[in-house]
Amino acid sequence: MTWVLANLGLIWARTLDHVVLSLPPIVLCFVVAVPLGWLARRYRLSRGIILTGAGLLYAVPSLPLIFVLPAVIGTSLLSPVNVIIALTLYGIALMVRVVSDGLDSVDADVRQSASAMGYSTWSRFWQVELPLAGPVLLAGMRVVAVSTVSLVTVGAVIGVQSLGSLFTDGFQRGIQAEIIAGLVATVGLALLFDGALVLAGRVLMPWTRRITAAKPSAPVEVSAA
Amino acid sequence: MIEFRSVSKRFPDGTLAVEDFSLVLPSHKTTVLVGSSGSGKTTLLRMINRMVDPTSGSVEIDGEDIATLPPVKLRRGIGYVMQNSGLLPHRTVVDNVATVPLLRGTPKRQARADALAMLDTVGLDRSLADRYPSQLSGGQQQRVGVARGLAVDPNILLMDEPFGAVDPIVRAELQQELVRLQKELDKTVVFVTHDIEEAFLLGDQIVILSEGGRIAQVGSPAELLANPADDFVASFVGADRGRRALHVERHGNEDVVVDSDGRLAGVLRSEGVR
Repeated sequence: MTWVLANLGLIWARTLDHVVLSLPPIVLCFVVAVPLGWLARRYRLSRGIILTGAGLLYAVPSLPLIFVLPAVIGTSLLSPVNVIIALTLYGIALMVRVVSDGLDSVDADVRQSASAMGYSTWSRFWQVELPLAGPVLLAGMRVVAVSTVSLVTVGAVIGVQSLGSLFTDGFQRGIQAEIIAGLVATVGLALLFDGALVLAGRVLMPWTRRITAAKPSAPVEVSAA
Repeated sequence: MIEFRSVSKRFPDGTLAVEDFSLVLPSHKTTVLVGSSGSGKTTLLRMINRMVDPTSGSVEIDGEDIATLPPVKLRRGIGYVMQNSGLLPHRTVVDNVATVPLLRGTPKRQARADALAMLDTVGLDRSLADRYPSQLSGGQQQRVGVARGLAVDPNILLMDEPFGAVDPIVRAELQQELVRLQKELDKTVVFVTHDIEEAFLLGDQIVILSEGGRIAQVGSPAELLANPADDFVASFVGADRGRRALHVERHGNEDVVVDSDGRLAGVLRSEGVR
């Protein structure tokens, strides 16, 4: 505890580093996965290629990926961009299938009636299918957010600073409190991201909230009938 | 006026849903397409707003071949009500009703005000306006579906078994409501059902379809009952049995009407007595 109190400034600085490294992959993977997931659902051929590709991508171990990326995209070995791109790739690998499944979950009747109303394919996607896939997308994004926050720590091994640096430094110098502080802060940050997503979901998808709120009254109606 | 000219539809999997179908659907009348499943009735209905395009032949609305019209624009001008309402679950009742006006570019405030007025028209309380579809009963959802279909005041209203999924009491209520609305609004309604009772109640012109969209007979309810073209039509309209095969028996001074099961259907009175 004394170590923590003496190094609050350091922990805070690493936490900020951690946030800066985690946010871009979370946002980017969503932006990329939505069109890919749509494409995967749209054509039989693209479905096989994209979903298999995404599955394989997820199987690549993180540390080698972070080492190999500079050679592939020409960044310097120590650049934080490597970590961001690697984690974006993992996020995409996970979210592509989620987006495709989420779009699949939209009721065929609703899709058909939207077309009959005169939605174009484009407007139907943005105004009907994507919002209705929302609950599934949210569930996927919660996993992505938590796993990204946790994976950012791996970057510390190649010298990209984050809360993971507290682990590496704590191990090297034998400071147990530093390791534990890094662990607790990482988990706390993951919970914070998760909470923010849940809150965003409630604001953006009010219809799902009302449905849950309406549920308790349903059995009463049944017994009355 | 809607006109089918030698329309055929073969789906990609090879099934011939409709073969050489020709029919005129007069304006401001309700035409009911009746048939069992596989009769192509829904396919025919969906050809009118180009949800399905015919393989051959053409569909015309007021003399214009609709194959020349962009489908999205065409659909925004035609009301469509389907079974299970097809409401957008993530939009409130009022927003659902305002869907098509908003797509056509009506200002939001105007569209919402019109939508509220449309709720009155279909007999829904305005207090339901801010609910989500999942919070309504099946009957209420269908009313919202009808309100949405009527929102742009279309000339044509397509109804695909709209009351098929609600319980019989609510269905009867909705049917009466539609009869009232149609008297008021005078639309060209095309209604699909497999329920002959519903067809008799709602239809000015009834089209009985057999397999593959073949027309077994077209006529008013009275024509179909009095002169069924063949055994298929006779058995479909039930002219030969049950509550439709009535005969008169004399009991004292009264003529009573009895159905084919021997059940008393009522008392026969001449027009004047009423």
